[in-house]
Amino acid sequence: MNVVRQLVAVSGMNIRSIPARRGSSAVAVLGVAAVVGVFAAVLSMATGFQRTVTSAGSEDVAVVLRAGSTTELNSGLGIEQTRIVAGAPGVARGEDGTPLASSELYVVVDLPKKATNTPANVPLRGIEPSGLDVRDKVSLTAGRMFAPGRNEIVVGRGAQLQFAGLELGESVQFGQSSWEVVGVFEADGAVTESELWCDVRALQSAYRRGNTFQSVRVKLAGADGFEQLQTALAADPRLDVDVERETDYYAEQSRTLTQFIKWVGYPVSLLMGIGAVFGALNTMYSSVAARTREIATLRALGFGALPVAVSTLLESLLLALIGGVIGAAVTYAVFNGYTVSTLDGSTFSQVVFAFAVTPQLLVQGLVAALVIGFFGGLLPAIRAARLPVVTALRAL
Amino acid sequence: MKYAFLVWKNLWRRRTRTILTVLSVLIAFMLFGLLSAFNYAFTIGTDMANANRLVTIHKISLIQPLPISYLQRIRALPGVEDVTHANWFGGYYQDQRNQAPQFPVDAASYLRLYPELELPDAQREAWLADRAGMIVGSALAEQFDWSVGDRIPIQATIWTREDGGRSWEFVIDGIFTMEEGRGGDNFMLFHYDYFNEARAFGEDMVGWYVLRVADSADPAQVAAAIDAQFANSFAETKTSTERAFAESFVQQFGDIGLIVSAVLGAVFFTILLVAGNTMAHAVRERIPEMAVLKTVGFSNGSVLALVLTESIVIAVLGGSVGLGLSWLALESIPAAVSNALPGLFLPPQAIGTGLLYMLAVGVAAGILPALQAGRLTIAEALRRA
Repeated sequence: MNVVRQLVAVSGMNIRSIPARRGSSAVAVLGVAAVVGVFAAVLSMATGFQRTVTSAGSEDVAVVLRAGSTTELNSGLGIEQTRIVAGAPGVARGEDGTPLASSELYVVVDLPKKATNTPANVPLRGIEPSGLDVRDKVSLTAGRMFAPGRNEIVVGRGAQLQFAGLELGESVQFGQSSWEVVGVFEADGAVTESELWCDVRALQSAYRRGNTFQSVRVKLAGADGFEQLQTALAADPRLDVDVERETDYYAEQSRTLTQFIKWVGYPVSLLMGIGAVFGALNTMYSSVAARTREIATLRALGFGALPVAVSTLLESLLLALIGGVIGAAVTYAVFNGYTVSTLDGSTFSQVVFAFAVTPQLLVQGLVAALVIGFFGGLLPAIRAARLPVVTALRAL
Repeated sequence: MKYAFLVWKNLWRRRTRTILTVLSVLIAFMLFGLLSAFNYAFTIGTDMANANRLVTIHKISLIQPLPISYLQRIRALPGVEDVTHANWFGGYYQDQRNQAPQFPVDAASYLRLYPELELPDAQREAWLADRAGMIVGSALAEQFDWSVGDRIPIQATIWTREDGGRSWEFVIDGIFTMEEGRGGDNFMLFHYDYFNEARAFGEDMVGWYVLRVADSADPAQVAAAIDAQFANSFAETKTSTERAFAESFVQQFGDIGLIVSAVLGAVFFTILLVAGNTMAHAVRERIPEMAVLKTVGFSNGSVLALVLTESIVIAVLGGSVGLGLSWLALESIPAAVSNALPGLFLPPQAIGTGLLYMLAVGVAAGILPALQAGRLTIAEALRRA
């Protein structure tokens, strides 16, 4: 009981006197704030990208590509094959009995990035009218859908924000063909929003692709739709295709870049964290040094070594926590929802995504701050406890 | 020299504090080294680009192929000295993660256009004579332990063979190196003719053309002439210098580079504060001593120099060791990683920049306390004691 009361008294005094050590305390706070800020910012890029790409997928939709292709860009399917896929068992059908399947063509076009006015690879996807049936999350927010056979495009909101010339009513030139922007769609911020869509037939003729496609997206019927489809496609000798759930397909697409960012982000944050521990150690040692007389006086009055040590540790933890909160708050304010675009190696096209400073990241950041505070305060706390009372008092 | 001893003694006056400050500077420069390497790896393509080479791609995008018939027409244009073409193959070796680039090329002209590609004469002859032959970069040969004569199966993700197969087999005829732009030789080259005959679709199309402009001609004019030649055809072209072409890729990654610089900025800001605070503290503590130094005849200038030297020593000591550690860390990165991101090593220019930064950190951290110390009046300082 006595120890607790002493602890409260010493800690209170210690913390109230922090303003007297403003300069060096601010250093520790800033150091920790920088670490937490950088950590949360870099990793929010990874989570944002991952969220953008994976949220585009849906469990009950399958993507069919030519066997061996890793992405749509590499794939190629003839019209006979896409018809067989659409008619296969396991594919859901609409009210009129037509299969909910969209044969699609995926190409890359050059558009200037608004921020830098430099050319960027933007994905242009030709879809069939049923393309909307296999994408539940997509909704048209402005204008109208493209008309079949016409050179008209609807643009994702993300693409519209990042790339120039995509306002409603404007025309964009791809090679020799000109396309009019007639609509804007949203898809809960998913990677789909980085794309431009048009009628697949119009795209085939503009790109001289004859009657070829790159992928088929199908809505799966019932719980075992995927297994049915997979078995049927594998058994058909006319086909040589891979079929994947859309969720798995997108998870694979996001893996490389996400891992890469984490691979950079964690070690960099760890190193910075170690740097911040050194900073905190310096601050706390000088705090103990500044309070030498005070500590010695307390000890002479009968206060125990433990409360003195713990109070030093508490001071360090408090400073680190303040730093952590500042870092987290600044990062959240600046980066959360901050939209950027980058070239995704697997699709060779731009992905527009928003940084996601998630609660988990913030908690991780604060835990890191406390760990820094703990290690930064431990040794100085021990020194404070071991301060030889008589020598210290003689310094008076 | 007599000052060196003084500086040294002062540094060790508070051993823990000095060590901690040196360590935080060390961490900062270790990060600096790693991040410069990372930045360099992103822009290595630009560094290796040659201003006399032009790249002609399809106007819509690089992934659209161009007809092989353009070769003759480009060659015939004035100012074009030599021209070659290449394709993207997009295959992998054994595992999908081993996606080192492969290019089907016209061997003879490709080697003429890229003299930086060093290949022993015997191997060059062997490759030119071997239709199903391939040459590989030394970085790849090292990673997969390949040697000349090995038979390498590459799995195609785009180009199925006419017989429906996806596995392409090549014999390694040579291993090339590239003197400059270390780590850039992580690709494989094989013959376009062999590829063109065996692929199931896309015959007689190429990915892009690379040409060399005669010294007497203006690259911009030649580029414009090429694009004009194919204007209004079904495959219009876009010609730019190799450097601009490489830069447009780097810019596409754009924002990632920005984040990296932001991280660097944050690190330096933090370290500067930590070091600056420590230095200021160390000087304030010693004000009476400095008064004594001045009393025994040290000039204002030499006291200032003493304090500044101390802070520069801390910065350079921590900085060099940190940069050294980052070099060690980068050198020990396994080949699998460094081939995925070629050029991941400490760029020589980072050492120079790093040294400058160390001096800057040292001066910035020490200048205020040093000025303070230099301006001290003896009487006042002694009174404080």
